[in-house]
Amino acid sequence: MIDYKKILSPTVQSIQPSGIRKYFDIAESMEDVISLGVGEPDFPTPWEIRKAGILSLESGKTRYTSNWGMEQLRLEISRYMSRKYALSYDAKSDILVTVGGSEAIDACIRAITAPGDEIIIPQPSYVCYEPIVSLAGGSPVIIETKAEHDFKLTPEQLRAAITPRTKALILPYPCNPTGAVMDRSDLEAIAAVLRDTDILVVSDEIYAELTFGASSHVSIASIDGMKERTVVINGFSKTFSMTGWRLGFACGPAPIIKQITKIHQYAIMCAPTTSQYAAIEALKNGDEAVKRMLEEYDMRRRLIVKGFNDLGLCCREPRGAFYAFPCITSTGLTSDEFCERLLYAERVAVVPGTAFGQGGEGFIRASYCYSTQHIKEALARIQRFLNTLKA
Amino acid sequence: MNIKLLKLLAKDARTSHADLATMLGISVDEAERQIAELEREGLIRGYKAVIDWERLDSAYVSAIIELKVTPKAGLGFEDVAAQIMNYPEVESVYLMSGTYDLNVIVKGKTFQEVAKFVAKELATIESVTSTATHFVLRRYKELDVKLLGTDRDERGSYLL
Repeated sequence: MIDYKKILSPTVQSIQPSGIRKYFDIAESMEDVISLGVGEPDFPTPWEIRKAGILSLESGKTRYTSNWGMEQLRLEISRYMSRKYALSYDAKSDILVTVGGSEAIDACIRAITAPGDEIIIPQPSYVCYEPIVSLAGGSPVIIETKAEHDFKLTPEQLRAAITPRTKALILPYPCNPTGAVMDRSDLEAIAAVLRDTDILVVSDEIYAELTFGASSHVSIASIDGMKERTVVINGFSKTFSMTGWRLGFACGPAPIIKQITKIHQYAIMCAPTTSQYAAIEALKNGDEAVKRMLEEYDMRRRLIVKGFNDLGLCCREPRGAFYAFPCITSTGLTSDEFCERLLYAERVAVVPGTAFGQGGEGFIRASYCYSTQHIKEALARIQRFLNTLKA
Repeated sequence: MNIKLLKLLAKDARTSHADLATMLGISVDEAERQIAELEREGLIRGYKAVIDWERLDSAYVSAIIELKVTPKAGLGFEDVAAQIMNYPEVESVYLMSGTYDLNVIVKGKTFQEVAKFVAKELATIESVTSTATHFVLRRYKELDVKLLGTDRDERGSYLL
């Protein structure tokens, strides 16, 4: 008998599968489950964008593109970054088109990490950072952001986490799952800590366009002295409702992008061609469609936040992404217990905050990528569940 | 005027005033005031359920009638339309561009009943020069609501 344990890498084997898998396995075996679990838009990709993809197929555009991504797309990305975030990137040397934001994060971390390098990760945050750092041979250094700071990364926390081995900071804002946003002043404070160091910022801005309220997203790269030490990750999945197209990009200093591109070139070759054609249309003419979706998200956001607060589950206003992150400690249950019991009792699937790091204990993540009727029904069921807890 | 409010009501007229207020970021009083005003001004004309009548056992047929109309002195399209829309059998009346003038949707219990109504009531109107009756065989979508199949949420929760 072959011993696969000996074949498989110890690092890979030590990585835990995503903590939420369990709930969805249970949920899938049940009838009439109502989920607030998914992390992707319910809107299909806007029709004009889909049409551009279809048109490219009809015209036989089915071959590889440049490793970097099509020049026309990189040019549009460059314009987009300038128009949206006042950032100037050279389409020829500073931009790499990737297979989703995920690939950009992975390739970027791999490009910078030597064995033992420390990469700082604020949590609760998206689940991929820690495994990616570990796989690259780095050491994840976790900072737990706090509810009382609105889950923002504070300069004090950052300063305390920095050691001579610190290679990079992953900055995941707007944040999945907390909905936290870093304002310009917050970023200024972070920049002040990093400006005179050799620490790189990997700024995951995949939710940049999904922010609510008066102030729009600010990229840390646009803060004085930060562009030269920041790789900005963004993509099309969330903004343009294009999750299945798998398309993202990294923008940063040419010497770093050049090295990331080597990894991308050997691992991936190039991002999907059809998706690149669709993405050009998205960047050129997608603003109106994004605005319409954003208005819809905003209405759902108000509904779900008020809903949780009315139920006595304290929910601060998420200012970005499409998740509510209510506190469930008033129930006396752990996040895990809450989710499991809610699922069995009322067939509602939400994600425990702990899936996003230990700092998520006491919270649950509820996505509002659902119709208002769906959200209302889920809230009504959660109400019933809470009533049984009190009884 | 609150377009967002109108859109929300057009999508689901039964949305509670409290939810409308929450989604729009206004007070419940304000939402109620705006709705009352929209109703008073006649922008909101009514609230109805979307019903799949064909699923009932009782007979239900409808037809789209294309009417050609020759307006006479002192009797324009609007006057003819005003006359037609008084019939309870008539569900909607539109003035059309193109090869005919009025589009009338008529409902009844049987094909014969609808045909008789067209022959006796619509065709006999003096300004109406011709009618063409198209019976509806099946409704797939009504007022934005799909009557066929259900939209399944195909999103998995593969990662986060």
